[in-house]
Amino acid sequence: MKDNKNSYKLQVKNINVYYGHNKVLKNVSMHIEANTVTAFIGPSGCGKSTYLRLFNRMNDYIGNFRKEGDVFIDGRNIYDKKIEVEELRKTVGMVFQKPNPFPKTIYENIAYGLRIQGINKKNLLDEVVEHSLKQAVLWDEVKDELKKSALELSGGQQQRLCIARALAVEPSVILMDEPASALDPISTSKIEELIFELKKNYTILIVTHNMHQAGRVSDKTGFFYLGELIEFGDTKELFTNPSNERTENYITGRFG
Amino acid sequence: MNNALKNRLIDRVFKYFAILSTLFGLVMLFIFLIDILNQGLSRIDWSFITSLPSRFPGKSGILTALTGTIWVFLLTTIISVPIGVAAGIYLEEYGKKSRMANILEINISNLAGVPSIIYGILGLEIFVRIMDLGASLLAGSLTLALLILPIIIVATREAVRAVPKTIKEASYALGATKWQTIWRQVLPVSSGNIITGIILALSRAIGETAPLIVIGALAYVPFVARTPMDEFTVLPIQIFNWISRPQKGFIINAASAIIILLAFVFIMNGIAVYIRYRTQKKIKW
Repeated sequence: MKDNKNSYKLQVKNINVYYGHNKVLKNVSMHIEANTVTAFIGPSGCGKSTYLRLFNRMNDYIGNFRKEGDVFIDGRNIYDKKIEVEELRKTVGMVFQKPNPFPKTIYENIAYGLRIQGINKKNLLDEVVEHSLKQAVLWDEVKDELKKSALELSGGQQQRLCIARALAVEPSVILMDEPASALDPISTSKIEELIFELKKNYTILIVTHNMHQAGRVSDKTGFFYLGELIEFGDTKELFTNPSNERTENYITGRFG
Repeated sequence: MNNALKNRLIDRVFKYFAILSTLFGLVMLFIFLIDILNQGLSRIDWSFITSLPSRFPGKSGILTALTGTIWVFLLTTIISVPIGVAAGIYLEEYGKKSRMANILEINISNLAGVPSIIYGILGLEIFVRIMDLGASLLAGSLTLALLILPIIIVATREAVRAVPKTIKEASYALGATKWQTIWRQVLPVSSGNIITGIILALSRAIGETAPLIVIGALAYVPFVARTPMDEFTVLPIQIFNWISRPQKGFIINAASAIIILLAFVFIMNGIAVYIRYRTQKKIKW
């Protein structure tokens, strides 16, 4: 959360990503301001999920992953050798495509991020669990059954639990990889309202297949196609007056 | 006959075949149990369990064999479980997927099928002679641990592999290290299957005779083993020895010892099932 307008929250400089010989991202650069929602759209296989996972280095686990270029968060190069990837992930939370709560209680799901940091004080955990669940607008629904298995919740509740779980470690950036694609319309709109709320305190990057969703929740939108960032700009501008023909074709549904 | 009728007939034939197959196994087991209980139950009393071996069947007991089996069971567990589980986790979570790893994997699976007497020869050479442990409990337990390591490794790998990738990703994304993810997510979820594999492996170890005879475990040990370096015998060797005697009394002793061995295995399995139940209850699927 930087107030300094001159320095961007996130900066990507000339990123190229390869899986083996396959080049999946081609010379992508981008600046993202703090406390904004940025959506990445594009057809399947365009590299947008890979791009999202650059920010918390989740691609590192893929065997033949290789990248050129740099990613900066708050001015720090997150691929620097001095950066501990576990520390990085405490500042960059992630919500996945399918809700993936741990097979533990609701309470333990939220507390997990703190427990792995060695924080086990009960009253502190209680406080964080309540605060995180309130932020994710789930508290009122689950406050009496925190000892229940997280997997007994509905899909939409599970996804909000996953958001609360990510918030509990107090990140400043949240990555969302198609967070509503497995949910029904009502749950989806709840997630979207939540994103709008969270924007006040967090910088949010969201990958989505749903262009209406991108239009509703985001300030900026980037359109990816075959590994290239074709167009990046204000969401309203990009949807009403795209400067690139391929962007226009995609958002009007002519392909993708 | 039209096709639907034919299919239904095949369906029914297969069903009865499956029922018959199941019954065959159950009936054989039942006959065996009845026969053994019939022969051996009357001989079992406190003195049978607490007596040393003797040349008179009526005075003979299984004290040395039973304590030997308990020793071997404990030592084999202590040696094989940590190594087997750790190796399984390493191969699945840390080891790089390479050609070497593939060859290793096939070889470990093959090792699980090697006849146990081969392990006996290996144990005789390495533990008894080179490491100079003699025909001791420790040498026997090390040999049996080698024998069941492949089973535990394979079971651990399969159990760990079955843990959903999404759970591991969620853990990493919260800043967990690999070890934290394994200890707090992977192991709790997979422990049920790992414990099942360990039960099967240890049950096999407890029933083994051949490798222990090869390393020099004796049938007649007139004292109770007190340290891992003592000579020993185990129930299967005692049973084998008694069955090969001509006197009727020893045959009855063998039947009684079989009942004790079965009871031991059942109790150990029961404890393991209970442990599995307890660990699974903490997992909130």
